[in-house]
Amino acid sequence: MSNEKHHIVPYRVYALVLVALLALTFASIGIVSIELGKYTVAAALIFATIKSFLVLTYFMHLKYDKPYIKAMVAFVFAIFFVVIVITFLDYLYRT
Amino acid sequence: MHKEQAANMSNYLTYQGKYKGLLGWITSTDHKRIGLLYLYSILTMFSVGVLLGLAMKLELLAPGKTIMDAQTYNSTFTVHGVIMIFMVVVPGLPAVFGNFLMPIMIGAKDVAFPKLNLLSWYLYVAGVFLVLAALFFGNGAPDTGWTFYAPYSFKTGTNLLPAVFGAFVLGFSSILTGLNFLVTIHRMRCPGMKWTKLPLFVWTLYGTAWIQLLATPVVGITLVLIALERLFGVGVFDPALGGDPILYQHLFWIYSHPAVYIMILPAMGAISEIIPTFAQKQVFGYKAIIASTMAIAFVGYLVWGHHMFTAGMSGTAQYYFSLLTFIVAIPSAIKVFNWISTMYKGSINVQTPLYWAASFIFVFMIGGLSGLVLGALATDVHVHDTAFVVAHFHYIVFGGTGFAFMAAIHYWFPKIYGRMYDKGWANAGWLVFFIGFLALYTPMFYLGMMGMPRRYYDYMKEFQGGNILSTFGSWILATGLVIIIVNLVKSARHGTPAEMDPWHSKTLEWQVSSPPSVENFDEIPEIAENDGPYNYK
Repeated sequence: MSNEKHHIVPYRVYALVLVALLALTFASIGIVSIELGKYTVAAALIFATIKSFLVLTYFMHLKYDKPYIKAMVAFVFAIFFVVIVITFLDYLYRT
Repeated sequence: MHKEQAANMSNYLTYQGKYKGLLGWITSTDHKRIGLLYLYSILTMFSVGVLLGLAMKLELLAPGKTIMDAQTYNSTFTVHGVIMIFMVVVPGLPAVFGNFLMPIMIGAKDVAFPKLNLLSWYLYVAGVFLVLAALFFGNGAPDTGWTFYAPYSFKTGTNLLPAVFGAFVLGFSSILTGLNFLVTIHRMRCPGMKWTKLPLFVWTLYGTAWIQLLATPVVGITLVLIALERLFGVGVFDPALGGDPILYQHLFWIYSHPAVYIMILPAMGAISEIIPTFAQKQVFGYKAIIASTMAIAFVGYLVWGHHMFTAGMSGTAQYYFSLLTFIVAIPSAIKVFNWISTMYKGSINVQTPLYWAASFIFVFMIGGLSGLVLGALATDVHVHDTAFVVAHFHYIVFGGTGFAFMAAIHYWFPKIYGRMYDKGWANAGWLVFFIGFLALYTPMFYLGMMGMPRRYYDYMKEFQGGNILSTFGSWILATGLVIIIVNLVKSARHGTPAEMDPWHSKTLEWQVSSPPSVENFDEIPEIAENDGPYNYK
């Protein structure tokens, strides 16, 4: 483990990501004041998705990790996606 | 002689670090001591769960009130379920045998994060105390069933929140153990220990760890939603506030069905270690067992809806869940075929662990096949929420995980304590327990088919014969349990010293001293190209 090379991320990148996360948090609060009807939830989810992407990529170092780590994360998201789809098999077809 | 004494002094049981006595144990980050801390904690809670189960069976000896009223019965089965599921069978094999053995089996000195490992045990204890607090404080013990179904969970006047929070904390313990095991198996295998040379018990722990890590947070957040519903009336599950009670069932079972595989996969792993050892034969279909383990772990995520066929789910979803439920039976059957084929033409050495392993296959098959009755839509409607379901899951969870736990403790006991148990009493304990098990749960299949509902303290006169047999069975089973526990406790103190490899096994834990030294290996072993965990001649 000790002889592996570690990528060092500059502080500037972390600071920029932090600013982006804070901006997106304020944006997701602010969007509620705009009347978007049923799209309000979609907007909140889009902001949350972007924030998760930033955290995973930079704070959790995924951008610099080996492919098998990325594959594991992709696998987790695939399971999550399938579980959501299956749950909606109930809601979409319920009479 | 001096060398032997020195080695004995440095074994993990006699080792003295900074602290002595109990403090030396509860501050130890040694994976073996943590495994035993889990063993003692889990056995304590198991004893409480068994006493509650015996009380329920005694209540059902005759129709009407026998020893408790309806409300007490509701609380008894709820607390029995919460204890047995969240505190016994979910942590059971991974936390005890996984912790103790997995690092040794992969040739490591400890798990990847030893302090996190100790924290997992503390979280387990904290969760236990929180659930126990629900029993002794507030407006009485929870009465919703261990599933905390909506709307019971936000309507009941009993002291539910500590129990729910306790289950939440226990979930964290499980997540951290899963994370620790995943990293350990990925990063700490000794040189030459390729994935295709891993013992099957380690493979099943690997599959289990993924489920612990990914599924447990779902139930965690669901339990938080219940708390929010009770405290602030947020209306996620309450139809009066626009919520959907079936959503609760979805979220709950998205975790709790994979949790069944958290319970059963390591059990299958233990059986996969025991059978080649006592057949002295290469395991049949090593790669097929690995593939079936990972298939169970994966498909097990996608079948949760079979718990909800009568709950009001859409027909489309029902067909889908029923189909996948039948598919998940295939990898389980593959394992059974592999175990039987391993024994075929082997040099069978009949010892106590093999009795437990063989009876595991027997009861697990009955449990599995009765599961198909519940997985088929038409028959499920008939037997849903009857004693048949109780019989089915006790055959799987107690017959599967419980028997495998017993097989594992009798298999690895000489390694853990460095002493051998009395084999005569161990065999007697198995026989009494096995007879008790069959007498206790088999009548419930019949009672359920005849229409006796579960979770009622009363029943119609026609059901009394089956219930009397079942209650007698519970007493026989308890007798067997007492024989087993007394024998093991006595042997741990006074048994004859065990050899390093009393069963002539090939996996790494049998190549170190009994009990193992503090750091397991003086030097990290290397696995040669033609070595393997089941290389029997």
